[in-house]
Amino acid sequence: MTRALIALLSGTLFGAGLAYSGMSDPARVQAFLDLFGQWDPTLAFVMGGAMLPMAVAWVIKSRLSAPLAAPTFDLPGTTKLDRPLAFGAILFGMGWGIAGLCPGPALADLAIAPGDVAPFVVAMFVGMAAQRFIPFISQKPKQAGPK
Amino acid sequence: MIAAVPNAMPVEGFMGGLLIGLAAAIMLLGLGRIAGVSGMAARATGIADSGAPRNVAIAFVVGLPLGALLIAQTVGAVNVSFPASIWPLIIGGLLVGYGTRLGSGCTSGHGVCGLSRLSPRSVVATGMFMASGFVTVGLLRAGGWL
Repeated sequence: MTRALIALLSGTLFGAGLAYSGMSDPARVQAFLDLFGQWDPTLAFVMGGAMLPMAVAWVIKSRLSAPLAAPTFDLPGTTKLDRPLAFGAILFGMGWGIAGLCPGPALADLAIAPGDVAPFVVAMFVGMAAQRFIPFISQKPKQAGPK
Repeated sequence: MIAAVPNAMPVEGFMGGLLIGLAAAIMLLGLGRIAGVSGMAARATGIADSGAPRNVAIAFVVGLPLGALLIAQTVGAVNVSFPASIWPLIIGGLLVGYGTRLGSGCTSGHGVCGLSRLSPRSVVATGMFMASGFVTVGLLRAGGWL
């Protein structure tokens, strides 16, 4: 229960930050990516602002043996640069540019413009489910077979 | 206001960014997890079998529209403008959903959390989705779609 409340607080602050910063506006995000149009650098200020608390948080994290309200840290440990990472990032960037939306703003917009964002959110979950069943490139590292 | 880029909101952007960073810091230090929206959304809906506990993922995902609503109610109307046609939303949504799962993250997980940790995978992913976004929008503009 405590953990769900902490997650709700985190999600709520996240959504508030997206809406306050203008990042819930697809046109503004697309304008950041539009170098040859009326460029809008706001997204860079948002990323800059978000880096500061997180830079401090990673330092504090390095001095903790466990998080404050959970038994262990559960963080991605892989450092391997592989094809799924690269292809996934490229496909994601294409969709981000086409719609001006990524997952956070899309979900936040369910409270601002539900009818407008609904087709994107539905398609996004279809895409997520499709990746699970049609993986395109195996995400598992290749097993070294017997020679 | 910056003359060359009249639509920019540097102050609101930076302040909103601080809120986003604080949100991610609470997730990291409180629950020991990355505040990655694509992973949380996949987990909340049951599309992913592993990741955050289900109730944590659902609570985080429910918080996103709640936070946006809070800003709309307290600060004032949140302006959003969407593509006129439904097709960019459908095609964009499919690519974002598929790509974020294949690439293990989006702007929040790789961008905010991973970059601030200097994770090599996140630095590469963020560089690639940014580059892909710039090229895609550049092509849309060159093709006369914008």
